[in-house]
Amino acid sequence: MRKMINIALPKGRLGEKVYNIFESLGYGCKEILENNRKLIFEDEKNGVRYFWVKPSDVAIYVERGAADVGVVGKDILLEYNPDIYELLDLNIGKCRVCVAAKNGFRDNREKTLKVATKFSNIAKKYYNSIGREIEIIKLNGSIELAPILNMSDVIVDIVETGTTLKENDLSVVTEIVDISARFISNKSSYKFKNEEISLMQEKIRSVIK
Amino acid sequence: MKLSEKILKTEEKATLNLRALYESYGYKKYKMQKFEEYDFYLENKSFLKTENIITFTDLTGKLMALKPDVTLSIVKNTKHDQSQKVYYSENVYRTSQGTREFKEIMQVGLEYIGDINTYETCEVIYLAAKSLELINKNYILDISHMAFVTGLLESENVGYENSQKLLKYISEKNQHEILSLCKDENLSDDFAQKLATLSLLYGSFESVLPKMKNLISNEKMEVAYSEIKTIYSALKELGIEKNVHLDFSIINDLDYYNGIIFQGFIENIPCNILSGGRYDNLVCKFGRDDGAIGFAVYFDILSMYDSSISKYDVDNLIIYDENADAISLLKEVNALTQKGETTKVQKEEIGKIKYKTLYKYTDGRLLEIEKND
Repeated sequence: MRKMINIALPKGRLGEKVYNIFESLGYGCKEILENNRKLIFEDEKNGVRYFWVKPSDVAIYVERGAADVGVVGKDILLEYNPDIYELLDLNIGKCRVCVAAKNGFRDNREKTLKVATKFSNIAKKYYNSIGREIEIIKLNGSIELAPILNMSDVIVDIVETGTTLKENDLSVVTEIVDISARFISNKSSYKFKNEEISLMQEKIRSVIK
Repeated sequence: MKLSEKILKTEEKATLNLRALYESYGYKKYKMQKFEEYDFYLENKSFLKTENIITFTDLTGKLMALKPDVTLSIVKNTKHDQSQKVYYSENVYRTSQGTREFKEIMQVGLEYIGDINTYETCEVIYLAAKSLELINKNYILDISHMAFVTGLLESENVGYENSQKLLKYISEKNQHEILSLCKDENLSDDFAQKLATLSLLYGSFESVLPKMKNLISNEKMEVAYSEIKTIYSALKELGIEKNVHLDFSIINDLDYYNGIIFQGFIENIPCNILSGGRYDNLVCKFGRDDGAIGFAVYFDILSMYDSSISKYDVDNLIIYDENADAISLLKEVNALTQKGETTKVQKEEIGKIKYKTLYKYTDGRLLEIEKND
């Protein structure tokens, strides 16, 4: 008997794009398109059960086995370092994690650099690698505001098009790492549902651009 | 009164079963002292994979530690000219995955220290598989060989930092990062493809062995391959080859582990509950020239996902009032407990107890009021 696969998708545009890919590969679930307040969507015939979660939580659901597989940005994986298999790079949802600052910013190495970010681990690791002493200011949103109000010297954040930065007289100082969406799997599920997950992996691999 | 298995939690039952299993193969219980000197753990902190150790100063001013691990102490306390077959069931103190707090963790494990031949290797792997089976029939034991993985890495000049990164990617079955790192570092395509293939190899020995053979690039890998083949024929003879798979994404610290390593999973638990392997490099650091192999079962994980917890607090709840005769009530209770039913007696108030059957004790008799099933 085919085992059901539980799939955690990130809420938002990326998640919808991923769902469309999954649907085209035979993993559709009609319920999901109906506009209702349900949290879990199941399609027994296609052997899938979907749920939408906050993008930064996908890795937690997969690591703890509530979801067998999921799709998550590489930024989240780098930040939380979950114990999972990173099976595929989907090559969508592309962006970069960058250091940005007010236009004309000059790094004064005589003082500690104040870094506002929601990616404190990525920021720490990066500045550690170049031997720069920093102080992390952990924020949860509107990171761009911090340097404008002189709360921080720089920010470490996701940059997609750079429009928000430009409109606020900010610019990219350094690119830290390229980001894209990854297909991940729980380690135990990969073993106990190996046939189903491997098949899904191969199907997705065949349509990655 | 007979001891009922009902009162044992899954992990308690499993501990007893595992002890019986290990004793029957001639392993002796190792009792550990509660504290070790902190320096001892500090010297071996990469083996522990943690720097978080609970320390305190003893009465002479020495810095002591609450044990975060048992294997190290066993190795330290084994005499050089002796071989040792031991098992342990001990609490260790570590920070648990995900939380930033110390936890007391129950660990049961088994170690063989001495001259290791095919027999010893097969016995320990067999006992690891049996340990998992005792906990849950639906288990998988995954086996890898460190020398096969490091052999492949050594076939090209990779450098320390990159080989650490590649090992991490292998452990994530992360083909795309392996290929992109090899490309950035100008490593050969053939090498990159072999590494990527290796990371994804998974399944029965029968299906993986031929693919494994195609990857062999040097003598080290050849030797590891033939060891794996020997183990496969042993597993087949023992009739457990269906539950034992090959998976080269299992990676352990190179400074301590060499040779065969393995991890055990049971259904519905999201991470491995058993981990072990050959750790000659560790005993070598303690001045021995032979080897060691062993494994540990993580009972904290097991108890976290224990689904066998009973729906009810007690089988019977008896309510009595002030008119009741104490002695005849106790006799009624004894009659129930002798049938093996747990019975709780309370005066009047029911409270939040979940019971199977609710009785009222009135006029010297038990009156059934409610039954849940």
